[in-house]
Amino acid sequence: MLAKRIIPCLDIDAGRVVKGIRFVDIRDAGDPVEAARRYDEQGADEITFLDITATSDDRGTMVRVVEEVASQVFIPLTVGGGIRTADDIRHLLNAGADKIAINSAAVKQPEFVKQATDRFGSQCIVLSIDARRANIGDNVPHWEIFTHGGRQATGIDAVEWAGRMTEYGAGELLLTSMDRDGTRDGFDLELTRTICDTVDVPVIASGGVGNLDHLVAGVTDGGADAVLAASIFHFNDYTIQQAKEYMANKGIEVRL
Amino acid sequence: MKVAIIDYGMGNLRSVSKAIQHVAGDADVQITDDHARIKAADRIVFPGQGAARDCMAAIGNHQLNQAILDVAINKPFLGICMGLQVLMRHSRENDGTHLLNLIPGEVVHLPRGLHLNGNKLKIPHMGWNKVSQTMEHPLWDNIEDGSRFYYVHSYYVKPEDVSIQSGESTYGVPFTCAVARDNLFAVQFHPEKSAFTGLRLLKNFIEWEV
Repeated sequence: MLAKRIIPCLDIDAGRVVKGIRFVDIRDAGDPVEAARRYDEQGADEITFLDITATSDDRGTMVRVVEEVASQVFIPLTVGGGIRTADDIRHLLNAGADKIAINSAAVKQPEFVKQATDRFGSQCIVLSIDARRANIGDNVPHWEIFTHGGRQATGIDAVEWAGRMTEYGAGELLLTSMDRDGTRDGFDLELTRTICDTVDVPVIASGGVGNLDHLVAGVTDGGADAVLAASIFHFNDYTIQQAKEYMANKGIEVRL
Repeated sequence: MKVAIIDYGMGNLRSVSKAIQHVAGDADVQITDDHARIKAADRIVFPGQGAARDCMAAIGNHQLNQAILDVAINKPFLGICMGLQVLMRHSRENDGTHLLNLIPGEVVHLPRGLHLNGNKLKIPHMGWNKVSQTMEHPLWDNIEDGSRFYYVHSYYVKPEDVSIQSGESTYGVPFTCAVARDNLFAVQFHPEKSAFTGLRLLKNFIEWEV
């Protein structure tokens, strides 16, 4: 049976890991190559790099980071953050990325997703959705999508958007709850379940993981195909291996 | 040793090349569409991504049809993902696409609309799945039966001669994920993205004495 994937996420600013990683025996916690190698050794099923570099001058740095990671780490690599053009995608794929996550550019120009999947294949285009609960007074849960790292509201309904973008060819969804991101309160399971039941492509749940039960719930209650977390792995609360063993004990199929 | 990775413009070959280089020591690993280089190589890797029709068009544009068929019957040859599928006779993808026809059989879509434990069985089949080794083969050396490899695909191969199946996975249905015949071995999964298990398979390929 297909294993549920555990995906650590690294925030990269100008070629360095930020949010402070604290691995034991790591020489340089800010080095993305070393961090990626450590996660690979722990049994990560995939690694996601989120480029949060503000200035365009430093954007080329991400390509070099991916190139170096890809020559040492042989698991799927996803890169997101600031992807605007087909050339951005091509450079990162050529550097060794396997999947590219698109968010703001898709909202700005939905056809971009269609063009990207036509040109590069659905398998390498991940649609990244940052969603926040919206109360429109009908007692039914709704979520609105946000762009620009969660700063800009769009008025677009997350469930409709997920359906439309998979019709446009997106091969996977990276679904982040803005309400839960950084809280350590666990995934927004209602959001995760609603999107997972809507689309036919795999869904990665993200935002809010604070302990291993949250990872379990993302899969069992949320129905997610993969779970993404940053801080519980960065700060060495748990290793990926511990997370997987815990999930396996709860009856979830994982790659051990 | 010279290893040629056949480049027909479909998909990112960098990962394959880096993984081969990683296990092949000082081998000369080339990404190429040049007939002479492909013919001069000791081992051939044939990767590929994308839709069947686009792959066949790209192979045609690079005038590689005959070169691929030639080396696929006389050198250690490893097909990966679309590099397995296009060896078949015909694919149902893109309203039907004729393929290289080296292996009799068809390429069909994974079953749609299935559920498992209350969840949709998602397409593409993406992630790490178990591979049963249905044949003893040097490329499985030191790889435990049932090990997981990384997959991304929506179609799978159905060879007419079931005796060439060397590996099987299950996703809704059991399907052939590896075939082996003489000097040829081809897989649906991505060994170059399957961590140490995948690297082991690539190393076995580099060391394979046909």
